[in-house]
Amino acid sequence: MIILTPLRQFQFPVIAECINPDVFQGKSMNEIAALEVWEGNRKKNLGDLFKIQEDPAETPNIILNGESSQVRRVGMGMKNGEIEIYGNVGMHVGEKMEGGKITVRGDAAGWAGSDMKGGLIEVLGNAADYLASPYRGSSGGMSKGKIIVHGNAGSDVAVFMKGGLIKIHGSTGPFLGFRMRGGTIHVEKDVGRRVAACMTGGKIVISGTLEDIPPTFTIDAIKPKVKIEEGDKANGPFYVFLGDRAEEGKGKIFVLKEKNPKLNQYEKFL
Amino acid sequence: MQRLFEKLQKAKIIDASGLTVFPGGVDIHTHIAGAEVNTGRLMRPEDHVKDVVRKTSVTRSGVGYSVPSTFTTGYRYSRMGYTTIMNPSMPPLEAKHTHEELNDTPMLDKASYPLLGDWWFVLEYLQKGDLTECAKYVAWMMGTAKGYAIKIVNPGGLESWGFGRNVHSIDDQVPNFCITPREIMCGLAKVNKMLNLPHTIHLHTNNLGLPGNYATTLDTMRCLESVATGDKPVAHITHLQFSSFAGDDWRTMRSGAEEVAKYIDNHNHITFDMGQIIFTDTTTMTADGPFEYTLYELSGHKWVNSDVETETSGGIIPFHYKRNNVVNATQWSIALELALLVNDPWKWCMTTDHPNGGPFTAYPKIIAWLTSKKARAATLKKCHKKAQKRSLLPSMERELSLYDLAIVTRAGQAKTLGLKNKGHLGIGADADVAIFSLNPEKIDIARKYKTVRRAFGDAAYTIKDGKIVVKDGEILQHADGRTIWLDVQTAEQVTVDEEMKRRFKEYWTVEYENYPVTDHYIKVSDPITIKAEV
Repeated sequence: MIILTPLRQFQFPVIAECINPDVFQGKSMNEIAALEVWEGNRKKNLGDLFKIQEDPAETPNIILNGESSQVRRVGMGMKNGEIEIYGNVGMHVGEKMEGGKITVRGDAAGWAGSDMKGGLIEVLGNAADYLASPYRGSSGGMSKGKIIVHGNAGSDVAVFMKGGLIKIHGSTGPFLGFRMRGGTIHVEKDVGRRVAACMTGGKIVISGTLEDIPPTFTIDAIKPKVKIEEGDKANGPFYVFLGDRAEEGKGKIFVLKEKNPKLNQYEKFL
Repeated sequence: MQRLFEKLQKAKIIDASGLTVFPGGVDIHTHIAGAEVNTGRLMRPEDHVKDVVRKTSVTRSGVGYSVPSTFTTGYRYSRMGYTTIMNPSMPPLEAKHTHEELNDTPMLDKASYPLLGDWWFVLEYLQKGDLTECAKYVAWMMGTAKGYAIKIVNPGGLESWGFGRNVHSIDDQVPNFCITPREIMCGLAKVNKMLNLPHTIHLHTNNLGLPGNYATTLDTMRCLESVATGDKPVAHITHLQFSSFAGDDWRTMRSGAEEVAKYIDNHNHITFDMGQIIFTDTTTMTADGPFEYTLYELSGHKWVNSDVETETSGGIIPFHYKRNNVVNATQWSIALELALLVNDPWKWCMTTDHPNGGPFTAYPKIIAWLTSKKARAATLKKCHKKAQKRSLLPSMERELSLYDLAIVTRAGQAKTLGLKNKGHLGIGADADVAIFSLNPEKIDIARKYKTVRRAFGDAAYTIKDGKIVVKDGEILQHADGRTIWLDVQTAEQVTVDEEMKRRFKEYWTVEYENYPVTDHYIKVSDPITIKAEV
């Protein structure tokens, strides 16, 4: 196990995609310290910015200790192993990740799990905007894997999502699941406006209050419960909406009946 | 003489024994600057993020991949031994923007072709049958927009696109002008001759990118026979691959290269460039707005389309060419078939129509395919089975020699463009030289195609105007290239009188005073004075 502790408070973004169990694998302490990172526009070595210690324990493979909200791209593209972050972490944590596990015991900044292809990210604090969403302009999107956020998430969560599972114990901002094509999202609290706009597939389950349902969705049924994943069900009853009809989409939004009395106006269309 | 001798004594000597020495590369058709390229950059941040270039002590930072930033474009061309490039589509209204970007494209000499095929002035004079007047205004436009050749894109189609329509053959009527694409092409080809322009008309054919369009291409070439005299070419058909599709629809689409190549082999009035596609994610951009709309309908990707007032139109859409797509794999094959079937290498140029077929950085791959049957077979093997069956490539034994390669990447391109100082190493040539670490006496280029690809990817030396700018694929120093443009002198020059200003007010959203590209817009100006026959 390698323990990394920032030597100082970083003023500029630190681009550290080398903080990745696959990269550290089989490297000596000196080799790890010599790995290349960028601090702002300066090229540095990992050892210049972090205190690097070795611990005999096997898991997790890497521990990032302390305030790291300027440290970006941690665990980018990782395939195996485990990273544990005690504190906040910067943008793009677990971007393009294919396997393994990242635990953030703090908040994750924007684009956490962006374009994720597998593995697990667990954020014990809040996640910022663009959780699991692709880079600007791209229509990639999360295709596999699992993200659990214990706090709240920002806006534009799971844009272009194709597959996998996102569980948010708190609330999310607007544009949740914009252009979503597949996969499952479960939000236990409230969801902002424009949910699932342009959605063509997949499933969004909202167990809290929904600000409004987009006009291009039609009500399909009322269901007592819905499956989130193997061994996990959300209890309803839920209103089931189909859409986005403007895109001839077949996506589903499940909204808890109890918390959304204003949606009962749709019942007459059933 | 004495001074020259002293200069020569001071000259640095490069030992190029065992290396391949070429004149600096020339690219006849590459979209690297201007309004549409810049819009392409704006709409593709996801293309840039995968190819970020950091600054060095000599070079500036930038981004790739399919629409690189201006400086990166210059550096990357230079690293491949290129020294001259032509930006092929410049709406005159956007000429200032184009020249600003060309000023910021270092290491290269460059020029732009103004889009004139659907310009209302041209259409009006051709409708009246007044070629002399038309020629006068084309000459005026070359100086006003600082252009180099007459670019015609989907003649008549772009004007029709303003009304949501298109032309589907060279004899369709253009709305409101009672004129046909045939009349536009022949008219401007005649104007080109009257003005003695160094390059021919630069033509993007009607029906481009649609199955069965090779028939339109053959019609186009036949109609231009009437303008041809002697053995001199009168038209350059650009990215011919996109105009050589046979079949009735996308399912039956196959290569029309054999018919097209046969025609070009038997006639001398046409030159062309390949428009080779590369299997990669790229950004297509052309003035052919209706074609870009067709691509949008096929792919459903994000897109941009525009109408440039009374001049032209434009469109951009990202596109991913895939090996396992029958149409894409057939397109890949068509371009190579065209190149290999036409016997005379002086009749064609190697291009990807950057970035439409793929980024120019893929040129070494094309060089490998052209020079090695083995390289072609290796790629074809990975293509869709149906495309493999339809391809003519397995039957083709031809492998270009390094001499042929020098023609299709330099000498032929310069000759087609009418650039007297480029593409050769004789007396009077510019001191633009490219040296590649490839010893043809020791290496069989047809077998060791990967070595060839590496050698042409990173030049051993690139010399621009006598300065060594690249060594072993690294930029050594910055060099500003020149902007070449035509100063066409007609007997009677166009005067900007009240009538002209009235037309400006009526046709354009800009005042005349803001329209011309004045001299101070161009960093290093290199005008070529031409004496016209009118």
